Amino acid sequence: MPLQEILEKYPKTGDHLIEVLLEYQNTKMNHYLTEEELKQIAKYLNVTESRVSSVVSFYTFFSLEPKGQHVIQICHDVPCYVNDQPSLVKTIKNLLSIDVGQTTEDKLFTLEYTSCLGACDKAPAMRIGEKTFTDLTPNKVKAIISEYRGKRHA
Amino acid sequence: MLEKKLLTKRVGIVNPLSIDDYIKQDGYKQFKKALKMERISIIEEVEKSKLRGRAGAGFPAAIKMMAFAKEEAEHKYMICNADEGEPGNFKDRYLMENDPHSVLEGMLITAYATRATKAYIYIRGEYNKALSIMKWAVDEAKEKGFIGKNILGSDYDFDMEVRSGAGAYVVGEEFALIESIEGKSGRTRVKPPFPTEKGLFGYPTLINNVETFCNYPVIIEIGGKAFAKIGTASSTGTKLISLSGNVNQKGVYEIPFGVTIREVIETLGKGVPENRKIKMIQLGGACGPIIPEYMLDMKIDFDRFEDFESKTGAGAIIVMDERVDVFEVLHRIVNFFGHESCGRCTPCREGHPQLEILVKRFLNHEATSKDLLSLESLARVMHQTSLCGLGQSSPISIISTLGYFRDEYHDRIEFVGKV
Amino acid sequence: MNMINIKINNNDYQVKPGLTILEAAQEHGIKIPTLCHYPDLKINSDCRICSIEVKGKKNLLTACSTPVVEGMEIKTHSTKVLNARKTITELILTNHETNCTQCARNMNCELQSLSNQLGIDENRFEYRLVSQPKDTFNPSITRNPDLCIKCGRCIDVCKDVQDLTVLENFGRSHEVLVVPKYGKYLSDEDCTLCGQCSSVCPVAAITENDETEKVWTALNDESKHVIVQVAPSVRVSMGEEFGAEAGQAWTGQIVTALRYLGFDQVFDTDFTADLTILEEGNELLHRVHNGGTLPMMTSCCPGWVNFMEIEYPEMLDHLSTSKSPQQMFGAIAKTYYAQLKGLDPKDIYVVSVMPCTAKKYEAKREEMQSNEGIFDVDVVLTARELGKMVRQMGIDFLTLEEQEFDNPFGITTGAAAIFGATGGVMEAALRTVYEVVNEKPLEDLNFKSVRGMEGIKEAEVELKGLGKVKVAVAHTLKNARKVVEQMKAGESPYAFIEIMACPGGCIGGGGQPYNTTNAKREKRIEATYNVDEAMILRKSHENPYVHKLYEDFLVKPLGEKSHQYLHTHYKARN
Repeated sequence: MPLQEILEKYPKTGDHLIEVLLEYQNTKMNHYLTEEELKQIAKYLNVTESRVSSVVSFYTFFSLEPKGQHVIQICHDVPCYVNDQPSLVKTIKNLLSIDVGQTTEDKLFTLEYTSCLGACDKAPAMRIGEKTFTDLTPNKVKAIISEYRGKRHA
Repeated sequence: MLEKKLLTKRVGIVNPLSIDDYIKQDGYKQFKKALKMERISIIEEVEKSKLRGRAGAGFPAAIKMMAFAKEEAEHKYMICNADEGEPGNFKDRYLMENDPHSVLEGMLITAYATRATKAYIYIRGEYNKALSIMKWAVDEAKEKGFIGKNILGSDYDFDMEVRSGAGAYVVGEEFALIESIEGKSGRTRVKPPFPTEKGLFGYPTLINNVETFCNYPVIIEIGGKAFAKIGTASSTGTKLISLSGNVNQKGVYEIPFGVTIREVIETLGKGVPENRKIKMIQLGGACGPIIPEYMLDMKIDFDRFEDFESKTGAGAIIVMDERVDVFEVLHRIVNFFGHESCGRCTPCREGHPQLEILVKRFLNHEATSKDLLSLESLARVMHQTSLCGLGQSSPISIISTLGYFRDEYHDRIEFVGKV
Repeated sequence: MNMINIKINNNDYQVKPGLTILEAAQEHGIKIPTLCHYPDLKINSDCRICSIEVKGKKNLLTACSTPVVEGMEIKTHSTKVLNARKTITELILTNHETNCTQCARNMNCELQSLSNQLGIDENRFEYRLVSQPKDTFNPSITRNPDLCIKCGRCIDVCKDVQDLTVLENFGRSHEVLVVPKYGKYLSDEDCTLCGQCSSVCPVAAITENDETEKVWTALNDESKHVIVQVAPSVRVSMGEEFGAEAGQAWTGQIVTALRYLGFDQVFDTDFTADLTILEEGNELLHRVHNGGTLPMMTSCCPGWVNFMEIEYPEMLDHLSTSKSPQQMFGAIAKTYYAQLKGLDPKDIYVVSVMPCTAKKYEAKREEMQSNEGIFDVDVVLTARELGKMVRQMGIDFLTLEEQEFDNPFGITTGAAAIFGATGGVMEAALRTVYEVVNEKPLEDLNFKSVRGMEGIKEAEVELKGLGKVKVAVAHTLKNARKVVEQMKAGESPYAFIEIMACPGGCIGGGGQPYNTTNAKREKRIEATYNVDEAMILRKSHENPYVHKLYEDFLVKPLGEKSHQYLHTHYKARN
């Protein structure tokens, strides 16, 4: 959806900034926001650009740099750690040949750590986009990633 | 039976996506009852129940409610804090995903009793499923006339809106949460004034956690007096425990206060896989103390936990077995808080990188006895001087292990000596 | 009023209710160290240096933000407190470029003083500064993020005093930076360069661009005729640069110091302030009589002009086209004065001593060249930079004898002297406009309603043929915005409006000595009016040398030469 259409769903007040940013970034294949877009958002909501700059850089969901089409976020906290999370990280790194914080050359995947996903009852967990995967094992992870490889956009 | 299902009685039975199903199971009955009560007597019931907030600090719910009820303002906001970012906690998610209307019912009772005008449910962005379920539930409740103008024929108007977080643990702190709803970075404000006086958009604001709100229908149903009989003298009612880590049956369990940690792990959690020994547990989440196995017979109780600086209202138990390295755990915790610090106050902003450097030295067997002194001093100063709960509680894991696992610290220093 | 009983360090005190612990302690001579705290700015309690122990509280509380409560027992220097302060300071120093001997704020740095006061002689923690690029791309202000200690003062002064949001937090955790949006450099598309941020910065993270080196080079260049002009507001603050109390004029000492430094001629910007009044006063009357754009707004403050060009480009017609006194001086110096002295304008080097960082920008505007390719003003020094040069020269400023300015730009009036205080330009203009229009002397020269620190002030003056004319005065850009918004809404009842970007006017400018507070601003204002009272001439149109300048060179206000040299134009940005 074009930005203007999204904007028009919201009242022109600054308290909707985070909602607008979330909704718009979600529509973008590479999950990031450009300064031009942010300027338009700031103008619509009648907030300063420096406030937008502060918000975008504060919340981890927002990015000013393009990411891979699928962002893989592995939980990095203790409940997952004690449930063999390190071996998952290793598996994914090997599979994608990238380190945490990097994007694959084909721009398909970005690998990140995330804070607790609240899925500690089914640890270890990870998230790709809005989908959370739980009770993971290295084999399960391999299957998930190859499934996503198939989902490449045309 | 260790469990006592008051808040979770409908979990697995009710269809979370159907308000009709909820109503069929006596849902919104307590709200209807409350609507016919004097506002003050609702608060009195809460007072009699001795309910304490389930977010962490265990503040008496009736005092906060009364302070908020007394405020006169054009707008009076309520916030349901569903920014459950504390690692190891997932009971609020459990409540929202499985019985969303019980959360709304609790909020409605509180709102009516205090004349709140609008509520925001702030759910962390990671909880996609809870977000869509709660949004659906709010829409349904609006359609049925539980939220809106002249609710159920009364003269009471009340609005509700669901907001999503965007990845910031610190927003769990009340003022950071308020800032976030206002569409700003989640940096806390200076207190006083407190939110009940001057909160969201400058208006009086009452903030409660999901689980706290879920207690209100129970109190209305059974009465404050009966509620106070559940649990212990200082901690009444039940507690939802998020059990995770090295345990066979991880999950959310609702128990009356007074049950021991060991009972939760062994009886409800069915013990540790492969019968390994428990080395330690962390209470409350990443911000809580790490205690050794021999303390597991401690009862789950606000006052008991406060003795060792644990804000354990959150009710998480993370079990770690004998294979786990204390310093690996501490390193993750320090790393987590360092990343989540809002960067505003000095001890938290500049302290975390130093904690990380020092913990890493222990992790890598490179620490000196001077490092031990520096770590201890730094952890205490951060705990004592940080501006908000994040910086105050993040060093608790270190402070507690310095007490209970001091030998391990010494071992890492001695190791260097031997080389 | 019921006093509150508290104990500080086991001694009993009675204090006023409503005070913070910091204020209560201060009233009784107990000094609790602070760092992020700054008078007149909001309390953030971010640095936590003022932590104190209160009996019954587990954690330490910050004295700056905690109100006193009956029965409170406070320890300001317990072991726990001292250790906390020391630890916090060490932490700050792990992420701050600690090359103190090679720093603009060496010996004048709040962090350095604090560290000294707390007796920090080692740091237990690892130095972990990640260097960031310096921002040196505008004519006025330099930012060095490696020195920033994230106290937040600059953000607050920009937001709360100026109602701008040029500087903000970017990012979070230990990686947070205080920078313009998206981590960019300061640019004239956003920033008015008022320099209030540089004035409140406790360290050298934000400073004026230091141009003292250029001045030393010029002074030592035999081929240059180096002249200096001194702004009205600098004379009431300069002593503070050397530790004197606020509230005194240091005119004569400044002149002497400048002669010691080797300037060929020492002139007074007050002279061209008088000239500004004649041009601007006549411009106002011209607009009134010829249906020009009203209200007319003053334009001697470059921060304010920048603000208009950035924020209200559609309203630039309201700005007086008269140049500021600084630029009028530069123009006259490189035309009339050059002729008078038989000098090639290329060989005249004009230095200004200003209370202001935006003046550096103003001097570098391309319109400010009366001779093509030659800027009218070569270098602008802030009061702080002059202080630096005086120290470099080893001059004991406070004990200097007092000397007089050189002529022909040394005779001035009280009207010019008050330019430095908010309302001063207005008052000076009224003194002249009233007498010119009404053709009779003013009974009372003192327009007290436009004086003082109130944000927006009004006055009314009866003018022949025009009746009662309303004027307004505003200082700080926050108040300026209110006045402009009122105009924009078509509700402005004023004919003439004076605006100064900085609180209190130039006496509170961004280039004034450090530790400028509103209390000091009041004292500088007082000193300013004392200077005025003591002058023989107190109206700009009575300045005989200004008359001579018109006779010899300019011919008449708003004349052809005036248009060429003393008036300018503005341009929309963005």
